[in-house]
Amino acid sequence: MTTTTADGRPRKQIHLGAHFPGVNNTTVWTDPRSGSQIDFSSFEHLARKAEEAKLDFFFLAEGLRLREHKGRIHDLDVVGRPDTLPVLAALAAVTDRIGLAGTINTTFNEPFELARQFATLDLLSEGRAAWNLVTSSDAFTGANFRRGGYLDHADRYRRAAELVEVARELWDSWDEWDPEAGGAVAHPFEHTGPQFDVRGTFTTPRGPQGHPVLFQAGDSGEGRDFAAATADVIFSAHSTFEDGQAFYQDVKARLAAHGRDRDALKIIPATTVTIADTAAEAEELAREIRLAQVPGPTAIAFLEQVWGRDLTAYDPEGPLPDIEPDFDNQAITRGRVRHADPREVARQWRELADTNAWSIRELVLQLTSRGGFVGTPTHVADEIDRFVQEDASDGFILVPHLTPHGLDDVLDRVVPLLQERGSFRSEYTGPTLRDHLGLVRPGVPARAAV
Amino acid sequence: MPSSPTRPIHLGVDLTDGGAHAGGWRASGSVAPRPFDAARLAGLVATAQHGLLDFVVFDDAFTLRPQRGAALQGRLDAALVSARLAPRSAGIGLVATVDTTHTEPFHVSKAIATVDHVSTGRAAWQVSWSTDAASAAAFGRRPAPDEVDALREAEEAVEVVERLWDSWEDDAEIRDEATHRFVDRDKLHYVDFEGVHFAVKGPSITPRSPQGRPPIVVRADSPLSLDLAGRRADVVRIRATQRDDARAARDEVREIARDAGRDPDALRVLVDLATVVGQDRRSAQERLDLLEELGGDQGGLPEGALTHVGTAVDLADLLEDWFDAGAADGFVLRPASLDTDLRAIVGGTVPVLQADGVFRQAYTGTTLRDTLGLPRPASRYAAAQ
Repeated sequence: MTTTTADGRPRKQIHLGAHFPGVNNTTVWTDPRSGSQIDFSSFEHLARKAEEAKLDFFFLAEGLRLREHKGRIHDLDVVGRPDTLPVLAALAAVTDRIGLAGTINTTFNEPFELARQFATLDLLSEGRAAWNLVTSSDAFTGANFRRGGYLDHADRYRRAAELVEVARELWDSWDEWDPEAGGAVAHPFEHTGPQFDVRGTFTTPRGPQGHPVLFQAGDSGEGRDFAAATADVIFSAHSTFEDGQAFYQDVKARLAAHGRDRDALKIIPATTVTIADTAAEAEELAREIRLAQVPGPTAIAFLEQVWGRDLTAYDPEGPLPDIEPDFDNQAITRGRVRHADPREVARQWRELADTNAWSIRELVLQLTSRGGFVGTPTHVADEIDRFVQEDASDGFILVPHLTPHGLDDVLDRVVPLLQERGSFRSEYTGPTLRDHLGLVRPGVPARAAV
Repeated sequence: MPSSPTRPIHLGVDLTDGGAHAGGWRASGSVAPRPFDAARLAGLVATAQHGLLDFVVFDDAFTLRPQRGAALQGRLDAALVSARLAPRSAGIGLVATVDTTHTEPFHVSKAIATVDHVSTGRAAWQVSWSTDAASAAAFGRRPAPDEVDALREAEEAVEVVERLWDSWEDDAEIRDEATHRFVDRDKLHYVDFEGVHFAVKGPSITPRSPQGRPPIVVRADSPLSLDLAGRRADVVRIRATQRDDARAARDEVREIARDAGRDPDALRVLVDLATVVGQDRRSAQERLDLLEELGGDQGGLPEGALTHVGTAVDLADLLEDWFDAGAADGFVLRPASLDTDLRAIVGGTVPVLQADGVFRQAYTGTTLRDTLGLPRPASRYAAAQ
């Protein structure tokens, strides 16, 4: 084990998370090895396997409305998932050390209930809770909630920022637990702001981490500033080395303006890993997985999002449709991110397909390629380490394509190589997720004398 | 029409704070140094499970517990507590109290359904509502409703939650490789609920859970809540100090159920019972005296509820007497001091009930519905086709 890199700098410790497979076409359900996306045993397998490998955290995403396409529920990908926080609470019973991170949308909740749920999870897991805070403003999702989709886009981060502020006031309203007295004092709270006007006494004692770890995933300038001001971890999407370095520099540079230390915010993008004994075999395997992720009907549905019309009559292995897109029907798909300017997108796609003589399916395969690490275990370990040591990231959230065994080989064959070179822990050094991530535990602020 | 309860007696236990008595948390052994540790709760659930009890129930509210001293003033989110205790238990039901006044029915639906998934069919929802100003101010979204409004909204919430539980038919997931469809979307249903208090589109994001619909538990402490219970509850909790009063309440709630077009025999009416158990009657009384002293001016055993101070065998006799008289289908036991009294019940009362043939010798199924003798409901949307 070495504590410095080849050029003599101190060796950074890599942070790794295990992402439970989601409800999009990254997850391949047609594979015979594909297991249940809802049975607790699937969650338990991934969390325990990740804990054996000493990963920082398990990660579970959220969605609050089933996606729709052409006016009906989208049925080509995995559909259906459990509620995030009860799954994390249940996982606390079958694991001891691994962090338990979950996405919770702030748009359809009040700060009081979210603060008490995360304080509860932190207590029940003995200091392992993390909250990936997202916001939404679409009326489509809002139709499932009494609040509806009432937020303006611009208000999303304002509300999120104030919601976190209130949540922290609530967590801080309890003194630290006093073992001598066998208790802790809860102080009254009061918050009056543009978004929230709340007062009372918080019901849940302060958790072992003081505040649960806060993740943030937004990539806009606004999102980056919000993260620099508020978050402990950025869950970013920049998976190429150059993009990663640029993003890393940009975000870390924003920290000083908020009076925060460079190490106070970890940048942990999502990535996929495909390994085999030889580079060629790994490439072949990666191609097989991509083909399974984009079967013909999925490729057609992807194209329909921009074309705005039914294209099921077209052969996915054939050329792009000869008809023009219906640009007035961009609501054809709901519950996922839209394309910015469909005219321009359609023009670019035609050009790409013509130039390369790609079929519909090949075009979609190329367009939706998410990169990721492909190669022998040694090559992938080298790459992950290079990204971290050269500041393209502080680690990765590993996204499998199979439920629940999709990360088994990476955890078995890549992580030990990272441990050998001293870039990744061989044992947990502390009990809490803040310990794993090297984050300071916030103390209770000084209270005004009564 | 009165009807005798059918065997076995159903027994739940309320695991709220340190016990039913205000002094319970101070008594030796009732509370670990950190009362919010999951290990303490897991130990209590294991004891209840060892006694083959039907379920444990966790109370919840958005205010601190009154009069409980610093150690147990706090509360944990009850649905998350149930989820935390699910993987390392089996057989026993996990009843979580979740509010309907300040929450979103869509969230409540998937939370309880998920507890049902992680416990493979042992979840239940105790429906609660908030009429206090303190909870309303903590949420800051609306003024506190009165009981009439709060209960109307609670009933709407139960309706929409149950529709969401039914919104996935059991066999909606097909994984059909030939057509590349993961689900049969004809078996996923919009619930299209439009009530006075909210509208919810659906379907749920969570597939139908092992019990289909986890049982609904309602505490019927007032005429209005008794109405709600009769129309909506699978398990009704009532409070009464006299056997005839309990029998009258049971008859009434069954009548309300019948008027609502339900089968009254599908209700389980359970009487809350606070208990102090001792080796003999004198030592039980001495334990109560000690709890009174420890509790100080913070109050004693709950008022208005059946209480028992005596031996474990006396307790079995009391339960059988009320059960045989048609006053209850069972009881929600509230041990005065959780750890001590729960162990005494499991070690002393349960064996007597078993010997008398009125309590189970083993869990007869895997789900809470199995244990309560309630059938698993089909999805209303499947039946409509």
